[in-house]
Amino acid sequence: MNYTFIALVENRPGVLNRVASLFRRRNFNIESLAVGRTEDPEVSRMTVVVDCPNGDMDAHKIEANLYKLVNVIDVQDVTRQPSVTRDLALIKVKVGPEKRAEVNGLADIFRARIVDVATDSVIVEITGTEDKIEGMIELLRPLGIVEMVRTGQVAMTRGVNDGVRRVPGVNGHRFEDVSELAEMTP
Amino acid sequence: MKKTGAEILWECLVREGVEVVFGYPGGANMPIYDAMLSYPVHHVLVRHEQGGAHMADGYARASGKVGVSMGTSGPGATNLVTGIATAMMDSVPVVFITGQVAAHLIGGDAFQEVDVTGITLPITKHNYLVTRADEIAEVVREAFYIARSGRPGPVLIDICKNAQVEQTEFIYPEEVKLPGYQPVSHAPKDSLDEAVKLIEKAQRPIILCGHGVLMSKAEEALMQFAVKTQTPVASTLLGLGAFPASHELSLGMMGMHGEVHTNLAIQNSDLILAFGMRFDDRVTGTLKTYAPRAKKIHIEIDPSEVHKNVAVDVPLVGDLKTVLSDLIPLVDEYDHEEWKKEINAWKTEADSRSIMNWEDDGKLYVAHLIGDIWKATGGGAIVTTDVGQHQMWTAQYYQLDKPNRWLTSGGAGTMGFGLPAAIGAWFAAKDQEIWAIAGDGGFQMTAAELTTAVQEGANVKVAIMNNSFLGMVRQWQEFFFEKRYSAVNMLAPDFVKLADAHGVPARRVTKREEVDEAIEWARKTKGPVVLEFRVEMEDAVYPMVPAGAALDQMIQRPAKV
Ligand SMILES: Cc1ncc(C[n+]2csc(CCOP(=O)(O)OP(=O)(O)O)c2C)c(N)n1
Ligand SMILES: [Mg+2]
Repeated sequence: MNYTFIALVENRPGVLNRVASLFRRRNFNIESLAVGRTEDPEVSRMTVVVDCPNGDMDAHKIEANLYKLVNVIDVQDVTRQPSVTRDLALIKVKVGPEKRAEVNGLADIFRARIVDVATDSVIVEITGTEDKIEGMIELLRPLGIVEMVRTGQVAMTRGVNDGVRRVPGVNGHRFEDVSELAEMTP
Repeated sequence: MKKTGAEILWECLVREGVEVVFGYPGGANMPIYDAMLSYPVHHVLVRHEQGGAHMADGYARASGKVGVSMGTSGPGATNLVTGIATAMMDSVPVVFITGQVAAHLIGGDAFQEVDVTGITLPITKHNYLVTRADEIAEVVREAFYIARSGRPGPVLIDICKNAQVEQTEFIYPEEVKLPGYQPVSHAPKDSLDEAVKLIEKAQRPIILCGHGVLMSKAEEALMQFAVKTQTPVASTLLGLGAFPASHELSLGMMGMHGEVHTNLAIQNSDLILAFGMRFDDRVTGTLKTYAPRAKKIHIEIDPSEVHKNVAVDVPLVGDLKTVLSDLIPLVDEYDHEEWKKEINAWKTEADSRSIMNWEDDGKLYVAHLIGDIWKATGGGAIVTTDVGQHQMWTAQYYQLDKPNRWLTSGGAGTMGFGLPAAIGAWFAAKDQEIWAIAGDGGFQMTAAELTTAVQEGANVKVAIMNNSFLGMVRQWQEFFFEKRYSAVNMLAPDFVKLADAHGVPARRVTKREEVDEAIEWARKTKGPVVLEFRVEMEDAVYPMVPAGAALDQMIQRPAKV
């Protein structure tokens, strides 16, 4: 199952490499990773989607290992939290003038936009959840996708909800989730 | 006042209490070596950077302080790599300082440029690339703090040459600001209560004492806990010495070459109290059948070790000494007489097979020699080893009653560790007796450091257990590859002549009756000494749990015919 983590890290050179190297050496499988600045210039934010075949056990491993990195400030698992997740895709579809309307129609249904039109292709921009984007891709595929790029998923919890923090005590976090840690024994 | 980056480095090292560094100069760290002359720090010029790394490691293990090791860029830094990984696997606080090419040359394959922070990323607790002089003070302060706090470990600082020579205002940072690094100390109360409940129910509890006990200086807390609850204490290879071997509750070493009764006790226990250990595969055997009926409490400072190899019932993440001190008042007194009797019965049976009961048959056995050295030194020496059979025999028979005297490469299993670690330890404890127990193979890996010992007058006694084999590999080939010996037959130089060439007094010992006298001679002779023992070539370390087998499936020493 895919888990989604939000990690706040110090905004310093090399931190992305540290995180990527950690995932590689601990044998975790990254499905997507998106990094960017935050409201605080000293902090960057990563959204990491990771395949966790052993469920919460793996999620604990990932969180605990991330904290081993000195530059990682906070890690939350938002997989089961009410949250907004978005991915953005640019999809170049090979269509001439005769089929543009069809693409337009699909884009409308998905609230996607045509952001570039050339003689024999258009670029569709779509934002949304993984599922929605996958759905759009499936429908565009028969028309001929020539190029595609995706940002990877970003996530934010709704309202005052926080994600789960499984590593109590670390970096001054409180111990509220400790009983969950104890219950994780398979 | 303005200072060069190199001067700032030394200012900071002196403020961290550094008295000795182990290093090797070269183009990219020459400004550091030039500035060093003005500071009260003793520099040990090693013969190979790996030796320097192990010396800093041995110094750190013996002193409890942070060791410091230096090298130049490129090959200087890559030569350190084995030593860094060794310190990392055993959580030893060492700060490594390497020179790097000037910042504007980075990425251009300049002479002796190597991506050292890239190479060492997975084998350091943290590392830094310093490109400007004004970063140095803060980085050094952080590096020492990170190395020694939490779960200790090596930190590397790679300093560009321009940063060493540039001048900047020297401001010593009073505090370290690391928002992402705040090690825990106490475990939460409700978890402690859960642990107490499990302890109450236990009939057959056992403590697994790991390196964390020593790192956290929790020996006394461990003793109090063990005595109050009358819980037997088994030790990992690196935990040896944290609990006195002669104590009635001590079960000695567990694991692949652990004692029979100790492994049986673990497998039959109903509660495991894992203190500062990480359930390494060498102590668990196969996990499928590991301690099947035991509940598990794990006190551990590194949350990533919790549930890593073995899922536990109550994890207590925190500093071991603090957590134990919180726990002790909460637990009741027990006696566990039945359980201790049961373990003792296993022990008596196993002891009857002990090689220590063998009569002199004209051959030298490492186990006997370790026993002899133990007797001669009153069990109080600092002992280092290489890796292999001799290491396991030393662990089994140099019975330690005191902490921080047992320096061996556990996690990495680095051959060649013994001699340099002993030299490093000597700088930490010049008034103590120090023995390096070396293998004939391992000794040849870092033998060049004999000259370093001579140059420094390091009072270390080297006992080479020469079985003319890469013994441990030979043993595996004997047991698991139908005795098809492949690349284990090793020609050694004449160790006595080799020592002689280094100006080191040396003797070769081939008979049991020469042993005591030779050991006494080595102890009385000042400075480094080499004893070469020609030992039985094809002896094997027993008991042995084959890799991947269950912990109670031990191959035991055949009875002597
Ligand atoms: C650097 C390194 N290379 C290889 C090994 C694999 N290895 C483990 S024990 C051993 C044999 C060591 O032989 P020796 O030093 O003579 O000690 P003995 O086992 O004979 O006591 C070897 C090759 C190792 N641990 N470290
Ligand atoms: Mg050998």
